[in-house]
Amino acid sequence: MMRVYVEGIGLFGPGLDGWAQSVPVLAGATAYNPAPANVPASSLLPGAERRRAPQTVKLALAAGTEAFAASGRNPAATATVFTSSGGDGQTIHDILTALAAPPRELSPTRFHNSVHNAAAGYWSIATGATLASTSLCAHDDSFAAGLLEAMAQVASTGDAVALIAYDVPYPAPLFAVRPVGAVFGVALVLCMQATATSFARIELTLTPGVAKPTNAAPGLEELRQSTPAARCLPLLEVLAKAASKEITLSYFGDMGLRLNVTPCPPI
Amino acid sequence: MSGFALSDFALVTGLGAGTQANFAALREGRSALAPCRFDALPLDAYTAEVPELDALPLTGEWAAFDCRNNRLAAFAMAQDGFLDIVAAAKSRYGAARIGVFLGTSTSGILQTETAYCNRAPDGQLPTSFDYGRTHNTYALGHFVRDYLGLHGPAFVVSTACAATSKVFASAARMIAAGLCDAAIVGGADTLCATTLFGFHALGVMAEGPCRPFDAARNGISIGEAAGFALLERAGPQHGSEIIMLLGTGESSDAYHMSSPHPEGAGARRAMELALAEAKLKPSDIGYINLHGTATLAGDAAEDCAISNLFGNRVPCSSSKGFTGHTLGASGVVGAAFCALALRHGFLPGSPHTQNVDPNFRGNYLRTGKVARITRAMSNAFGFGGVNCSLVLGLAT
Repeated sequence: MMRVYVEGIGLFGPGLDGWAQSVPVLAGATAYNPAPANVPASSLLPGAERRRAPQTVKLALAAGTEAFAASGRNPAATATVFTSSGGDGQTIHDILTALAAPPRELSPTRFHNSVHNAAAGYWSIATGATLASTSLCAHDDSFAAGLLEAMAQVASTGDAVALIAYDVPYPAPLFAVRPVGAVFGVALVLCMQATATSFARIELTLTPGVAKPTNAAPGLEELRQSTPAARCLPLLEVLAKAASKEITLSYFGDMGLRLNVTPCPPI
Repeated sequence: MSGFALSDFALVTGLGAGTQANFAALREGRSALAPCRFDALPLDAYTAEVPELDALPLTGEWAAFDCRNNRLAAFAMAQDGFLDIVAAAKSRYGAARIGVFLGTSTSGILQTETAYCNRAPDGQLPTSFDYGRTHNTYALGHFVRDYLGLHGPAFVVSTACAATSKVFASAARMIAAGLCDAAIVGGADTLCATTLFGFHALGVMAEGPCRPFDAARNGISIGEAAGFALLERAGPQHGSEIIMLLGTGESSDAYHMSSPHPEGAGARRAMELALAEAKLKPSDIGYINLHGTATLAGDAAEDCAISNLFGNRVPCSSSKGFTGHTLGASGVVGAAFCALALRHGFLPGSPHTQNVDPNFRGNYLRTGKVARITRAMSNAFGFGGVNCSLVLGLAT
């Protein structure tokens, strides 16, 4: 069993304009209205970088910025785990289109934006973060994989880790073979001990065998199913309600992550 | 960190299939680089290709995973007794207690490049194209985990050219946290137009074979490779000959997406962290397998970092003149070459490097050298300013 405390959350998705604004919806106090995601331009990036950054990067930075503001922690001195079910679809589509016909010339910026760790690179440059940073992929189960890695890092170093999970739908024709449903980015600042800003505790147990995942509330369940990063919604709902609850994330169909979530007052 | 044992590596590079074939080439100073036949580039680029892959399709129950990257993974897993090593680990620990932590940069994107060249008149991709099992970054992990019949925690790390170094750190953490008892580490990267044309667009592709640390170096040559090993807690059963993972160090440059920090500040921090975790001093290291991709800026930054940290004493070389830059696979190739250096007492040289840059201060090996060492370091750095260093050593 591994244990972390949650210090800050960032969230952008359809009808979810920031964690603070989304708490009433996730807690079930207000109705969910899935309007298109409204991702703010990150104040972290200088103008030139802001223009060059692809949508996945803007989304990851927006979620990370909100989570760190809530945590009060310095992003320059915090390790990060980024996780996404695929690279930046638009960038990959543009590259593949350019390669499919003469003159087969690529833009150097587009090429460096195509790496899976582009968001991590922009984040580290924007915040001055020089500690460890990793970028993971586990297809539909990328959020579960990221949470596992982030919590293992907290356990191993004793230091805080920010988990940033994000997905953006692919353009055609990739969308037909990989129909990611929505723009969705979430960031969680996780730490070893309760702090002045932590408000909940998560205990994680990796369970062998088929695990039936906890569903999201009816209005949000379609988003959970269609978008890999949104597999965290049942966890966010419990955190928004400040409730004690056990939930399950499935992990590759032959394992599960059992999460025991407990609210706890800041110290 | 203490007490992680590595199995023998299973390895395929342009030098050959299996660690024996690779070691023979290192010993003879024989490079795998040759004029690129893989694709038509607008310059005289060299690549280090694995020629067998065209004749090794995945068939039967694995046919849906068939793509160049998974073929290379399967070819590598068939080397060096690796399947037997995994079978023995499964009987020892159980399939659910063995993790799979692999790295790649481009996975099976070549499959999608081909699919984009064969779009239907309405723009759709061919129906035979399987994105999830070939192109997706996790496709490599999905294939290897299923192929080996494992049911433990898994993910693919994709941090550009540092990917298969960072998996060692992740796997060690997972074992330390009790999430698994052993882990498959390694990964694969294969030739594709995306990286060939992408590095050309960046202006860092060499004309002719790459010349790491040479005064006249003019960029990288790309290679393909796959490598795997089993990582587990060391025990008495491993004996004194086993290769140990002693330390890992990870850092970020926070400087530029595709250029290193000029003094290699992030690289130095990764090396310092790996030494600290291994509880070693710089003078304990007997050989450094450098990232050394033969770009002007990259080699200069790495030389600066190593000479500031190690002085000019520790012998070091880049293997990119042998294998080309195998991108996401370069970390596991470097680790495997360090294991060979430790096991056989031979430090590899650097084919194609003729005149080491006179501005460099490190002890760069142009030719291979017999030397008994007990501790070695492997460096890998990537786009996004990601750095990872590993310290490997003999158990004794």
